[in-house]
Amino acid sequence: MTVPPLEVRPAADTKHATGKGPASLPAPRPRRRPRYFFSTFALTAGVVVLFLLFFIWPGALGVMYSFTSYRGFGDLKFIGLDNYAALASDPAFYAAVGRTLVYAVFSVPLSCALSLVMAVALVNARARGKIGARIIFFLPWLVSPIVTGVIWRWMFGESFGFVNFIITSLGGGALPWSSNADLSLFVVILASAWAGAAFNMLLFIAALNNVPKSHYEAAELDGANAWQRFVSITLPGIAPTTLLVVLLSTLGHMKEFAMIQALNNGGPGTENQLIVQYIYQTGFAQSKVGYASAASMVLLLILMVIAAAQLIISKRSRAW
Amino acid sequence: MVTTTTSPTSRRPQGSAAVVQRRRSGEFRKSIAPTAMLWSIAILTLFPLLWFLLSSFKTGGDLFTYPLSLLPREWSLDGYARALERVDFVRYFTNTFVVAALTTALTVFFCATTGYALAKYKSPWLSVLALCILSTTMLPGEVILSPMFSVIKNLGLYNSLGGIVLPSILTPTGVFMFRQFFITVPDELLDSARIDGARELTIFFRIMLPIAKPIVLTLAIISFQWRWNDYIFPLIVLNNPKNFTLQIALRQLIGAQNIDWAILLAASVLSIIPLVVIYLVFQKYITGSDVDAGLKD
Repeated sequence: MTVPPLEVRPAADTKHATGKGPASLPAPRPRRRPRYFFSTFALTAGVVVLFLLFFIWPGALGVMYSFTSYRGFGDLKFIGLDNYAALASDPAFYAAVGRTLVYAVFSVPLSCALSLVMAVALVNARARGKIGARIIFFLPWLVSPIVTGVIWRWMFGESFGFVNFIITSLGGGALPWSSNADLSLFVVILASAWAGAAFNMLLFIAALNNVPKSHYEAAELDGANAWQRFVSITLPGIAPTTLLVVLLSTLGHMKEFAMIQALNNGGPGTENQLIVQYIYQTGFAQSKVGYASAASMVLLLILMVIAAAQLIISKRSRAW
Repeated sequence: MVTTTTSPTSRRPQGSAAVVQRRRSGEFRKSIAPTAMLWSIAILTLFPLLWFLLSSFKTGGDLFTYPLSLLPREWSLDGYARALERVDFVRYFTNTFVVAALTTALTVFFCATTGYALAKYKSPWLSVLALCILSTTMLPGEVILSPMFSVIKNLGLYNSLGGIVLPSILTPTGVFMFRQFFITVPDELLDSARIDGARELTIFFRIMLPIAKPIVLTLAIISFQWRWNDYIFPLIVLNNPKNFTLQIALRQLIGAQNIDWAILLAASVLSIIPLVVIYLVFQKYITGSDVDAGLKD
C-alpha cells in the first residue's frame, strides 16, 4: 500500500489534517508557525491531481505497455523484453535516434549562438532603435511550429523558392533542398534556430545585465579590447544561463515534431524522421502501442542522461 | 551620463580643447557599429516572415513566375478568398480560441496557487512536489504519446476539446515563475495579514494574487501562445474535423499531395494574426525580461 506513496501521501496526509484543521487554524499566533495543512492542501491539490493523471499515470502505463505486445485494444499480453530486443535490432529506430542526435548537435549550438548574439546586440548601450529590433526579434516566437515549417519550406522551395532563385541569379546551380536529406536537415536546423531564438534571448539578456559593470571598466583600463572583454568577462559571467539554455534547447530539440512535419515530413522518404515522429508512426499509424512505448522509454532515458550530464557539468563547474 | 561607462571601441585621443564636441560626434560614430549589427540581425530575422507575408498577396501565377519579385506584381486577395472558402476558419478559430483561453485561465490559476504554496509554506511534501513538477521539464508528457492517448481515452476525453485542455494545464515554467516571484514578496506582509486575522486563502486571493499581476499577465500571454500553436496533443486527441484546431487544419493543407501554396500561405498568415495583435498590445510583459525569473533556478 505504501509503495508508491511519494505522490499519494501528501493528499492523504493533508486530508487527514483537514478534519481537525478548522479547530486549530482560526487563531494563528504571530510567533507560532502552524503548518497550514488545509491551505497548503487547497493550494496544491489541483496540481497534484493533474500531475498524477497526466504524468504518473501515462508514465506507469508506458512502462507497462513497453513489456507487452499491446496494439491499442484487447488484453495486455506480456512479452518481457521482446520490444526492447526488437528495438535494438531495428535499423529504422537507430536511424531516427541518430538523425535526432545529428539534428540536436548542429542546431543546439546554432540556436544558442544566435540567441546570444541577439541578446548582446540588444543590451549594447550604444545601439539605436532597440525597441523596434526587440519587437522584430520576438516575431518568430509567435509563429507556430507548423507555420514555421511552411515559411521555411516556401523560402527553400526547390524550383520556386527564394533561396534557389538568389543562387541561380548569382550564377549557381539550384540546390536540392528537399530531395537531398542533408540539405533538408540543414533547412530544418536553420528554421529551428530562427524559431527558438527569442525565448532564449530573454534568458541571455537577463544574464548579461547581471554581469557587474565594474569588471568591464577594470578590463578596459587594463587595455582589453571588446573581443577580449567578451571572452573573458561576459562568457564566464553568463555561464550558468548558457548551461540552462543549452539544456532546455537540447531537450526541446530532442522532441522536435511539429515543425519538421510541416517542413519536410521527415523526408525525403524517411531519411529525416526524428525520434518523436518514429514513435508517432509506430504508435498511431501502425498502432504498435507496446513497441512505440518501448521507444518512448528509450527516449526518456536519453533525455534523462542528457539532463543529468548537463547538471553534473554545471555542478562541477559550480555554475549553479 | 553614459559617456563615462564602457565603450566597445575606445581608442581616442583624450583631453584637449573641444572635448565635448568630439565626444558627441564620437558617440555617434561609436554607435554605428552596434546599431548596424543589431539591425542586420533584425532584418535577417524579419526577412523570412516578410517574404512569406508578401507572397501571400501574390496571385497564384505570380507565385511561380521567374524572376521572383519581392513585392507582388499585382496585389491580390485571391489566396485569402480561396482559403476562407476551403477552410472553415470560423470554426477552427473558435475551437482554438476556446482551448487556448480556457487552458490559459486554468494554467494561470493552478500555477499561481502552487507557486505560492511552494514559496510561502514549508513542508517536506512541498519539496517533493517541487521536484516532481521540475521533473516534468526533463520528461515531457508529449514524448509518451501512446500511453497519454490511453489515459485521455480512459478519462472519456477522446475527441473532445477537454482532452487537449486538461493535459496541458500543468507547466513547470509557470509554477516556477510564480514561486520565484512570491519568494521575493516579504514574509512580513504575510505575517501582518495573519495578525489582522485574515485567513490563509483570503491572503492569497486578496493580497498575493493582485500583486502578482505582472507575472499573471506574462504567463497568460506565454501560455496562450503555447496553446494556440499546440500541435501534437490536438493531433492525437481530435479525430472529428468539427473539433479541429487551427494547426491541425493547416497541417491538412500541407499534407495534401499537391500543396496549393496560394491557399496555404494565406491560411497561415490568417492563423498568426490573433497572436500578433495580442503580442503588440501586451509586448512589454513578454520582452520585459521577467520571464527568466521562473527558469533561472
